[in-house]
Amino acid sequence: MGPRIRLFLPLIIFAALALLLFRGLALDPRELPSALIDRPLPQFTLPALGREQPLSRDDITGRVALLNVWATWCVSCRVEHPYLQQLAAQGVPIYGVNYKDDDAAALRWLSELGDPYVANIVDRQGSLGLDLGVYGAPETYLVDAAGVIRYRHVGVVDARVWESLLQPLYRELLSGDEG
Amino acid sequence: MAMRAVCAGLFTLLLASAQVWAVIETYEFSSPELEQRYRALSTELRCPKCQNQNIADSNAPISRDLRKLLHRQLEAGASDEQIRDYMVARYGEFVRYRPRFGGATAILWLAPLLLLVAAGAVAFLSLRSRRGRSHAGGLSEAEQQRLRDLLREREGER
Repeated sequence: MGPRIRLFLPLIIFAALALLLFRGLALDPRELPSALIDRPLPQFTLPALGREQPLSRDDITGRVALLNVWATWCVSCRVEHPYLQQLAAQGVPIYGVNYKDDDAAALRWLSELGDPYVANIVDRQGSLGLDLGVYGAPETYLVDAAGVIRYRHVGVVDARVWESLLQPLYRELLSGDEG
Repeated sequence: MAMRAVCAGLFTLLLASAQVWAVIETYEFSSPELEQRYRALSTELRCPKCQNQNIADSNAPISRDLRKLLHRQLEAGASDEQIRDYMVARYGEFVRYRPRFGGATAILWLAPLLLLVAAGAVAFLSLRSRRGRSHAGGLSEAEQQRLRDLLREREGER
């Protein structure tokens, strides 16, 4: 090692470290990779919100759909709700998982704010949430026609998230489904 | 004075309430051995929501659920390995403070060893070059002779 390069060694190490840490700034540590990506949706049989018939895995699979974990105690869910209604109006099927919530409060929420969901699974104990690896609401899963989880988004789904992350995959899955 | 007493009273109350908040639910175990394993596992599993706490320390709802689950699984006779696998299947390798070796976690396990080897190599090289330099810095036989001559010359001048 020449004396000249040795002189610059601290600077090189500093630059490498700075680059590494700078990249770290742009990463979101809360974004955990889901352990369930490309795995089938877990089996369940749970009551449906406001209906007699319980829901099971087979009732909500068969077409590409979103599975949205929400609750009335979740503040971000209220922020997310109007956008979910837009998506539903565009024809995107959304199934809800009413996570550790009170049925009456959930029904009131839907009648007051509108109901974007095809159906809602009542997960009062959080057992389905546990099987899905949910650690907080809202979370949204993209499930393909075969019932395989393709994507998981933690946090609010808004126009930016939908257009940049979910929609491209959703379209791809839809076209793959038809073809 | 009365104001001060009221303030002190309120402050004490505040401290007391902080302690009430810190209470985390307790579980009954059928054997002390299970309780031991519960403690070990709950400090080894990481809270998925709060990230830098284990589930034993965290008061997040998800940690409460995971502790409840842990208790239930232990009482049902699951092994440590089964419980870890169950958690990893749902929350990924992230939930373990002691991740399995392999893939992305290899760097975590190997980095200390690599750093030690690198530091050892640097120390070895710099020590060796220092010793080499001190040899090179010494005078050769001809130079020593010249030095002696110069010194003798100066002696003669006096």
